[in-house]
Amino acid sequence: MINKEKIKNSTVNEIIEEYPYTESFFEDQKLAVDDQDKSLREIFSELTVEEKEDVVFDIDKFASSLVSHISNMQEFLGENDSVVGKLSIMPGKDKDGKQENYSKLDIKSGEIISIVGPTGSGKSRLLADIEWTAQGDTPTDRQILINDEVPDKKWRFTGGKKLVAQLSQNMNFVMDLSVMEFLNLHAESRLIDNQEEVVERIFSEANQLAGEQFGRDTQITSLSGGQSRALMIADTAILSSSPIILIDEIENAGINREKALELLVGEEKIVLMATHDPILALMGDKRIIINNGGIKDIIETTTEEKELMKELKVLDKVLMDLRDDLRYGKNLSRISEELAAVKNA
Amino acid sequence: MNLVTFSGPPSSGKTAVILKTIEAIQQRDLKVGVVKFDCLYTNDDEVYRKAGVPVKKGLSGSLCPDHYFVSNIEEVVQWGKERELDLLITESAGLCNRCSPYIKDIKAICVIDNLSGINTPKKIGPMLKTADIVVITKGDIVSQAEREVFASRVSTVNPDAMVMNVNGLTGQGAYEFSTLLYDDQDHIETVTGKKLRFSMPSAMCSYCLGETRIGEEHQLGNVRKIELGDE
Repeated sequence: MINKEKIKNSTVNEIIEEYPYTESFFEDQKLAVDDQDKSLREIFSELTVEEKEDVVFDIDKFASSLVSHISNMQEFLGENDSVVGKLSIMPGKDKDGKQENYSKLDIKSGEIISIVGPTGSGKSRLLADIEWTAQGDTPTDRQILINDEVPDKKWRFTGGKKLVAQLSQNMNFVMDLSVMEFLNLHAESRLIDNQEEVVERIFSEANQLAGEQFGRDTQITSLSGGQSRALMIADTAILSSSPIILIDEIENAGINREKALELLVGEEKIVLMATHDPILALMGDKRIIINNGGIKDIIETTTEEKELMKELKVLDKVLMDLRDDLRYGKNLSRISEELAAVKNA
Repeated sequence: MNLVTFSGPPSSGKTAVILKTIEAIQQRDLKVGVVKFDCLYTNDDEVYRKAGVPVKKGLSGSLCPDHYFVSNIEEVVQWGKERELDLLITESAGLCNRCSPYIKDIKAICVIDNLSGINTPKKIGPMLKTADIVVITKGDIVSQAEREVFASRVSTVNPDAMVMNVNGLTGQGAYEFSTLLYDDQDHIETVTGKKLRFSMPSAMCSYCLGETRIGEEHQLGNVRKIELGDE
């Protein structure tokens, strides 16, 4: 634990040298520092009324706030100690209070689990249980274990480190930044060492996922839907601190969905994917069937389903090609007699 | 009765978050009431009433909403007690971002939204810095990266706060948040004698007293001048 009294007598330079990440803290706290070689005590004794107003805290509160910030950051940086290798969902009950019909669901890192069920069936509740690392204290009574243990409460409350990262349909970029500025900003907030290398890698992975290429200086707000999703997925896979990724449908346009999922699981993430699309659902190792607020069944993807997937991909390709033909002004022609025969049967 | 003060910039989603949270609290058979403070206009009281929540509204008009809040909070507490509420929520909009209606020993929640831009945590003063819990809303429409950067900026400005994401539309996170609001060991009889966490936006100048004329000769009292000189 850092000593609060000692911090008060340290100079800003000394503090920043020992804890480099406090530089942004001083900036964000709007403390007027004219000379970094002065101790906090000296700086606070010399503040004018207006400056005191800006910084809000007195020296005592400022010092305890700084101490909290340092311990938050130390915990954040030490995150490799807490790798999530296995997530387990213990059964709870559905909306009618009926016990869920399974014993224990284990999900290992690198696995993809699809979640299927009608709207309002309880998909969001399941995901919220995971995010909150429920311990029988949510309406479903489910319990979440990480690496077979009751998880640390820190997953619930810390700002910088969340268990679950989310990628959903209607997410947009809202910052006015270029692709590279954006990636660098995110990387800085994660305090990683090899920033340049990581940022380059995200840029090239995102371009491999996107149907149409984009440049380093493109404004993120002007990326197409597919490009945005590609960048979000590559960024979340490589830079997000969260070990579990939750995906709400990936629209089938302008992005290579299979590669996107490969990238995520390749980073040892646990991927949970709510979808109604059979191709996406079958990309999962298992699928969870949700109804009336409870898990009704857990189905392993069968060999036959994997075969079906090949056929689905053909259908998908046929549609995609038609879409491209349409876009480039070609006339569309019939696909085959067989397909028509299947359809009419 | 428990008392919780909610604050946050206009349109950050305070009412939506409170409504979703109340739904979860009511399931525990607790009686919740809301007093909404605003400046010129609000119809949020109708929204609460529709949800079956006892509600009162107070409009500060030409006064600073914070000053209006603190001058009325005791009466509001007594209103809540008369209605035998288990939990009384006050909601006030931080119109100038300088607001600081929080009271020592009374739970203080600040609601801000992801869409407001990543520099916003820095722009908000005591309202964010002295809150116990910071609720971040509108997470469903911005990218994961922006959410992470935003939350880390909030944590830098207020390292002691618990930071939570709540979605005011779907209610995601509201149940979890609701578990932090009510404590059955807590009983507020009165707030008289308690203190604010930080002084409110203050001014006592000729314009506070109704002056309308512009010019140095009409400026009396607590006046601060902008620095426009060359650096």
